[in-house]
Amino acid sequence: MKAVCWQGIGQVGVEDVPDPYILNPRDAIVKVTATAICGSDLHLYDGYVPTMYRGDILGHEFMGEVVEVGPGVSNLSVGDRVVVPFPIACGNCFYCERELYSLCENSNPNAQLAERLWGHSPAGIFGYSHLTGGYAGGQAEYVRVPFADVGPLVVPESLEDEQVLFLSDVLPTGYMAAEQCDIEEGDTIAVWGCGPVGLFAIRSAKLLGAGRVIAIDRYPERLGKASAAGAEMTVNYEEVDVLEILKELTGGRGPDACIDAVGMEAHVRGVSHAYDRIKQAMRLESDRPAVLRQAILACRSGGVVSVAGVYGGFVDKMPFGAVMNKAITIKSGQTHVHRYMRSLLERIESGELDPSFIITHRLSLDEAPLGYEMFRNKEDECVKVVFLLVPRPSVASPISIPLS
Amino acid sequence: MSTGSQEHLRRAQQSSGAGAHTSVHPLYQEWVGYEAHDVHEEHEEPLVDPQLLANALGWFSIGLGLVQLLAPRAFGRAIGVGEHPVLVRAIGAREVVNGIGLLSQRSTGTWAWSRVAGDALDLSLLAIAARRPAADRDLQRLALATSAALGVTSVDVYTAQALARVPVSEPAEMVSASCAVNSSPQALYAFWKDLANLPRFMSHLESVTRIDERTSHWVAKGPAGMSVEWDAEIVRDDPDEGFSWQTVPGSEVTHEGTVRFDRDLAGRGTIVRVQMRYIPPAGRVGRQLGRLLGEDPQAQIEGDLRRLKQLIETGEVATTIGQPAGRRSVLGRVTLGRRLQ
Repeated sequence: MKAVCWQGIGQVGVEDVPDPYILNPRDAIVKVTATAICGSDLHLYDGYVPTMYRGDILGHEFMGEVVEVGPGVSNLSVGDRVVVPFPIACGNCFYCERELYSLCENSNPNAQLAERLWGHSPAGIFGYSHLTGGYAGGQAEYVRVPFADVGPLVVPESLEDEQVLFLSDVLPTGYMAAEQCDIEEGDTIAVWGCGPVGLFAIRSAKLLGAGRVIAIDRYPERLGKASAAGAEMTVNYEEVDVLEILKELTGGRGPDACIDAVGMEAHVRGVSHAYDRIKQAMRLESDRPAVLRQAILACRSGGVVSVAGVYGGFVDKMPFGAVMNKAITIKSGQTHVHRYMRSLLERIESGELDPSFIITHRLSLDEAPLGYEMFRNKEDECVKVVFLLVPRPSVASPISIPLS
Repeated sequence: MSTGSQEHLRRAQQSSGAGAHTSVHPLYQEWVGYEAHDVHEEHEEPLVDPQLLANALGWFSIGLGLVQLLAPRAFGRAIGVGEHPVLVRAIGAREVVNGIGLLSQRSTGTWAWSRVAGDALDLSLLAIAARRPAADRDLQRLALATSAALGVTSVDVYTAQALARVPVSEPAEMVSASCAVNSSPQALYAFWKDLANLPRFMSHLESVTRIDERTSHWVAKGPAGMSVEWDAEIVRDDPDEGFSWQTVPGSEVTHEGTVRFDRDLAGRGTIVRVQMRYIPPAGRVGRQLGRLLGEDPQAQIEGDLRRLKQLIETGEVATTIGQPAGRRSVLGRVTLGRRLQ
């Protein structure tokens, strides 16, 4: 089969690899119909996540058709159309019982490695380094899905792939980021980063009753999408001082909650960006936490900083005095996708939510190297790249590929 | 003692590195309630630490040996045997080797007995010298030398015997680990008690077959692809709480272990605690070789418990072995599938 493989920093390629097969009783094999590049895939692409090896199959946002099930899977049948959550969860452990699926204790075969770095291991994740299991990912024609009786969600035929694909990651991730803000009526929520996760966080914050959402980015097309998602105000951080404008907009108090939808490769204006770039390049810090710092400083006293962006290792110059003295609550985590999929699917079915608005580029799997490059460099106003492996006849918008 | 402080104790013991060579782990005694299944006989505390004596004898050997090597003629005259430089030098060389052996802290008991053997040789040489009608012998000096040699011999014999009584003079390996499992002590006890289940999560085991109610035959993968077999018997059995086993005398490996299933608080399942001690097949060499091949016993037991947890909770062991991948680099081929999946 064809699969998108990591070939080194800044290099991905489509390779011919063997087809996957059932390895455990609770496995299923899914024939992928649609898959996407996640913003967090760019951290792998840029080489900021350790334990990537040449030949690793990428991708953790995918959906498709069940073509084979193991003897331990009784709730799925061959032919079912499913969306697969990016964390792999057993459904039986301490965390799964508490619906903290991304913390599953039983799905990471390399848990001992993660424990050395983080103290404990999170769940295994498709196509996301050997630190989280080394599972072959979903940017391929077929994927082996472990614990298939727990993760995959059967989706109705009435909905397009593009409408439900993002249930696998970015939609629940944005939703959880907003949910963690404990939004009360009239709350002001500031969202850093208007990529797919940020856009869904904005949309979810509105659904959860936020009074006002302020979106922060530097790309006009992304700020435009933020407005479309429901943000009342947009801030281009290259034009204004973020901390100042947030104070001004909130009468000096600051936003009630701040969402970091950027993560370890943050870009901000000013000297601190150069500082982080240098430290990261010299391997003196693994992550650039510029947005996290800003969010902590901007947040009102007693407020919440919700971290949806991915961090991998160590950050430097954290204003922890502000966290303590302002009584800030920090909430974070890989998304417990399984917990949110059903209710979000209902919102999609009811028409309350149409996640497909974030898609800017529809490519074939063979064009993956181009897709990665374009997405990383934000070329051609790229916000979200999806690979359509089996274009469904009823897809409304024509597939347009800018091959400049 | 609370679970927390037990854990603290265990960690402190591990980090001090004491775990590997102490005879019995305090926590182990606490679980098991008695000392290490009497594998080693009860012994009285010796008057002097035999290890200290061994060290002293080591330095003495080296000192004496150097004198014999550097001034063989003067030494011969001093003990009244006359000048026999070649023989005295040979004895000196033996003393130096023996001294280094004793100080190396390895197989100290053997080196102590080797000193006793050397003493016997020396005493016979002195006796021969006393009977020879050589002109240069000095009976008075010979008598003095012989009594000195006898004195040293008694110290050597005492040290060698005391060292033999020290428990675990062999390089025993002690490992322990614990793991919270979302299941009941009863279910875990039943699963473990069915010894045929052990190879499903203990990756170094090939098979365990029951011989009778208490005894079983174990086959394990040893270092460097060797296979190791032994018989073990259950020496303590507390239904639904845990049990202890040990190898039967005369086995190729010496191995003993205890597993406890402690119910955790507020319905949070069971904490499985395992403690194992064994003397690897080829002793120290076998262990080092094993380490070299990436078979660290502590990591091994932690991995085993993790797999047990997965089997009990999910019915399978998480794996990616056999999944597809693109073209690997040399580094990837070396690393993946061994240390990493």
